[in-house]
Amino acid sequence: MTSVNAVTQDGIRKTVREFILSSINITQLDDDDNLFESGIVNSLFAVQLMTFIEKTFAIEVEMDDLDIENFKSLSATTAFVVRKNGRRSG
Amino acid sequence: MEFRKIGVVGAGNIGVGVVTDLILHGISAVVVDISEAQLQRAQADVLKNIRFAPLFSKTLPRITQEEAASRMVLTTDLNDAASCDFVIENVTEDWEIKKQVYENLERAMPPRVCFGANTSCISITQIGSATKRPANVVGIHLMNPVHLKPTVEVIRGFHTTDQTVDILLRLFSRLNKEAIIVEDMPGFVSNRISHLFMNEAAFVLQDRVTTAEKIDSIFKKCFGHKMGPLETADLIGLDTVMRSLDVLYESFQDTKYRCCPLLRKLVHAGHLGRKSGKGFYVYPEV
Repeated sequence: MTSVNAVTQDGIRKTVREFILSSINITQLDDDDNLFESGIVNSLFAVQLMTFIEKTFAIEVEMDDLDIENFKSLSATTAFVVRKNGRRSG
Repeated sequence: MEFRKIGVVGAGNIGVGVVTDLILHGISAVVVDISEAQLQRAQADVLKNIRFAPLFSKTLPRITQEEAASRMVLTTDLNDAASCDFVIENVTEDWEIKKQVYENLERAMPPRVCFGANTSCISITQIGSATKRPANVVGIHLMNPVHLKPTVEVIRGFHTTDQTVDILLRLFSRLNKEAIIVEDMPGFVSNRISHLFMNEAAFVLQDRVTTAEKIDSIFKKCFGHKMGPLETADLIGLDTVMRSLDVLYESFQDTKYRCCPLLRKLVHAGHLGRKSGKGFYVYPEV
């Protein structure tokens, strides 16, 4: 059986993955690929990514969230969105 | 000289970056553009840049949106910049437009004020000739995103004095930027060479040698460049790249700078790169 949270998490991961793949010149992206160290994305795209997740998931990236660790990979970004969603509903 | 307030003329891509950088370093800006709508877009982009700046550089300060907004004045009247300590001009890469702007700046600004001409290719000596103070005109070529780039190309025009260069270097010191000073020829060092790359990459695409993705991948993976030439052209704006090539072609009278027909066709089709959502690549709407 799959939990509701897992379904949500998978949905977030899928949406973010599709956004990254449609924006960047790559065909494959593993969950833990480091987006910044590998040079997959640059600072311009990082701002686009944060704007995208704010609009898509109706969350706000606050000053204290501005840590590259929160967005360094698909997994990290997904976990960040889940955490922010949890905080809002909790 | 203290830099309390800088006039930023032209609120496009680079103008937005300049204002972002100034505000992040505690300097206020009077932002001048002919379009009210462009000024509003620029303000939104500056606030977004400032909001996310700490993510990319631990040394950049955290500034609230209210504080950032209070440090910029938006105006369509050049006379509102008259009390500024220095002017950085970033208008469209078109000589007739620049000439008009510098004639207006000459009238609006006190004679002591220096002008930093932010241009892709137009000769700084030529720009200086549109003013009565060519000694106070110095060229600057800032890279995108301005607030994250530590180095800038500075161009000394034929009449530019050491004093003017020193004033500019002090301003860049406030912005934690290193300046590399070169002499004046159209396109200077950076764009005279980089535009050949971008133009030839467009020819390679036009000749169907391979795809845009593969052209850029070769530059990134084989040469170690951070971005490929076609991605870079999309970021700069294909209209700007086309105009810069036209300036280089006109200036040197050398066919190696003839603009690729595919590049010109994309511009005429309204595919200007990132800023229009389509160029050599298609960009998702954010």
